[in-house]
Amino acid sequence: MAFTAPKETYPGKVYPVGMGTAEKAVIVGGENVLPFHGFEGEIPGKPLVALEVQDVPPQDWPKAVRDACESVSGDPVSWAKHCQDALGARAIALRLIGTHPDREDRSAEDAVKTVTDVLAAVQVPLVIMGSNHVEKDSQVLVAVAEAAKGRNCLIGKAQEANYKTIAAAAMANDHQLIAMSELDINLSKQLNILITQMGFAKERIVTDPMSSALGYGLEYTYSVMERIRLAALTQNDAVMQPPMLADLGMYVWKIKETTATAEDMPEWGTLPERGIAWEAATAAAFLLAGAELLVMRHPEAVEAVEKFIAEMEV
Amino acid sequence: MALTGVQIFKLLPKTNCKKCGYPTCLAFAMKLAQRQASIEDCPDVSEEAKRTLGEEAAPPIRPVTIGMGEKAVTMGEEMVLFRHDKKFFHPTVYAVQIKDTAPEADAAATIDEVLASEMERVGQHLRIDALYLSNESGESAPLEALVKLAAEKAPGFPLIIAATDASVASEALAYVEGSKPLLFGANAENLESMCRLAREKGASLGLVAKSLEEASELTEKAKAHGVEDLVIDPGARKAGEILRDNTLMRRAALKKNFKPLGYPILTPVQRDDEMLETLVATVGVCKYSSIVVLSSVKKWKSLALFALRQNIYTDPQVPMQVEQKVYNIGEPDGAAPLMITTNFSLTYFIVAGEVENSKVPSRLAVMDCEGLSVLTAWAAGKFTATKIAQFIKESGVENEVANKELIIPGYVAILSGALEDKLEGWKITVGPREANAIPAFLKSR
Repeated sequence: MAFTAPKETYPGKVYPVGMGTAEKAVIVGGENVLPFHGFEGEIPGKPLVALEVQDVPPQDWPKAVRDACESVSGDPVSWAKHCQDALGARAIALRLIGTHPDREDRSAEDAVKTVTDVLAAVQVPLVIMGSNHVEKDSQVLVAVAEAAKGRNCLIGKAQEANYKTIAAAAMANDHQLIAMSELDINLSKQLNILITQMGFAKERIVTDPMSSALGYGLEYTYSVMERIRLAALTQNDAVMQPPMLADLGMYVWKIKETTATAEDMPEWGTLPERGIAWEAATAAAFLLAGAELLVMRHPEAVEAVEKFIAEMEV
Repeated sequence: MALTGVQIFKLLPKTNCKKCGYPTCLAFAMKLAQRQASIEDCPDVSEEAKRTLGEEAAPPIRPVTIGMGEKAVTMGEEMVLFRHDKKFFHPTVYAVQIKDTAPEADAAATIDEVLASEMERVGQHLRIDALYLSNESGESAPLEALVKLAAEKAPGFPLIIAATDASVASEALAYVEGSKPLLFGANAENLESMCRLAREKGASLGLVAKSLEEASELTEKAKAHGVEDLVIDPGARKAGEILRDNTLMRRAALKKNFKPLGYPILTPVQRDDEMLETLVATVGVCKYSSIVVLSSVKKWKSLALFALRQNIYTDPQVPMQVEQKVYNIGEPDGAAPLMITTNFSLTYFIVAGEVENSKVPSRLAVMDCEGLSVLTAWAAGKFTATKIAQFIKESGVENEVANKELIIPGYVAILSGALEDKLEGWKITVGPREANAIPAFLKSR
């Protein structure tokens, strides 16, 4: 019985979404096959990893990852420059966590200043994220979208409760938009439909089906991503065709496995290796499930994932 | 793919004799197609039809077991390409390599590390499952010594004995005859002698190919030499090639019913860079490897890979559940808050994570609701005032807390009145609806 490789082609493809400007601009998505299936189709770009930077010092991050940015994380501009210049980040994700009412409750004006300063300091594409407080994000993201006009950023996250204002701001200022729903393929689809019904181009959406950490619900994110990608490719479902974001660092760096010391949990092995492996393995699994854009925290985890991505190209 | 009922019907005697227990041959054929009946139930079927249907009924990926006793592992029998369709069946086997050139003390230490790797996570026992003992020396004595050491320290433990010369491996295999090792390293050059050795010693056989084409030829030849318990290493080493070959093999077996590639896959992922090795192992676990060979035991690496395998091989139809009990978060004293939620693992992880984030030492009572989330459990009548009251009373938490106050999820605020009736002397407080509001809620108390 002779073997013929059962290669498959699909009617659908993932939209290529551009981010950034000039020679640092990148494209995520654009492939017409399952993740890393370059042997049976086209994968024009490669997955993009954005290093996370925050507007306030990351006091709530566990030591293993806080140590990795301690010297620069006191201010977002030096932190972002460090990521770009010293670490070679291809993109930066600025999270305006300090605007959350339960945190520093920084104002929209404060956020605008942070965004403007960071944009002045770096050339790589910028993902700008709010604090995930639906009301506050509406104010903050609208203001920063205007301040970042012309830089073709990815802005979010727009959720069911606040998508109208955020999508309108992204549209008015020529940015791309993150659409986030909570771990459900139908909710994800519905939100994309609502956003496009406002006149927002579906080719400018990045879907965040909600991330999770290895060992803490990863299987849900993994399968929702696989199902979204299969719907995009096999059913040619246009609403399901935006590239996908896995905003995973925030889920990884709060669980016990990345925070407990080796003294407390001797059977778990050493930090920071344990935490780095946890973040990198979470990332690898989501890449295999279909994520094209990752937001991560530990530079060594990012380095490992970049090597992994290089080895996945055949 | 599988034969239809009508195709099977054509192979039956068509006498409607009812001896099989079904009214007609067609009804029997339909049951056979659904794999709810066995062809053995038909006394008059021809040998040829039996053979055809027997092959048809065999699982598309052949089961292969290595090791003996409770540590034995079975691979193969997978039915789907994507885990959301149906549970991935036999979890990936993690094997750790020991070279026969390593000093005996080092080899013994690695074996001890492997045996000590077992840990419990969300109710399951997880471990490194096998040893991959490789004949780097090219000589017989060192391999023999290593296999002897492993057999003595870990009787019945799944062993993969990697060698390419049957005469060199022969003595080593004698030590583990009867405990089903995997003899790994058959190729186009040594196939006949390796098949003979595997047959003699009751070992399954691992084939190393240079391509999928070659792999499919090798399995057919091995079968002709009388060895059917096979494992395939299609030769891929780069992560992307592993994904490609594993995907094409799984598809060929499941979608084309291509028997020559319907065997478990062995994937070596050893790298000097162990962080990268961990990620290449991720490809094996997510994408169809039955055995992943690792370079060493590192606790951080094992922990991450155990969690990954557990996640990927979870049944998508059966929610993961955590044990019913009152969990301490931080070091709660008598005045610490007591909260309750259900035992759906995701609910537990999210709630416990947010309680931890709050840095307020607390007690979290997790109630068995068959793995349903709070609202679903409430709607299904599993998270009711009566049941919650019973659980709280039986848990004994009453003796640990100074104030009898129970915080319930905001979504089931409606239960607070009934709960105050059922739990006499307790104050019921309605907590936030969403977990992310827990830190603010706890801190503001």
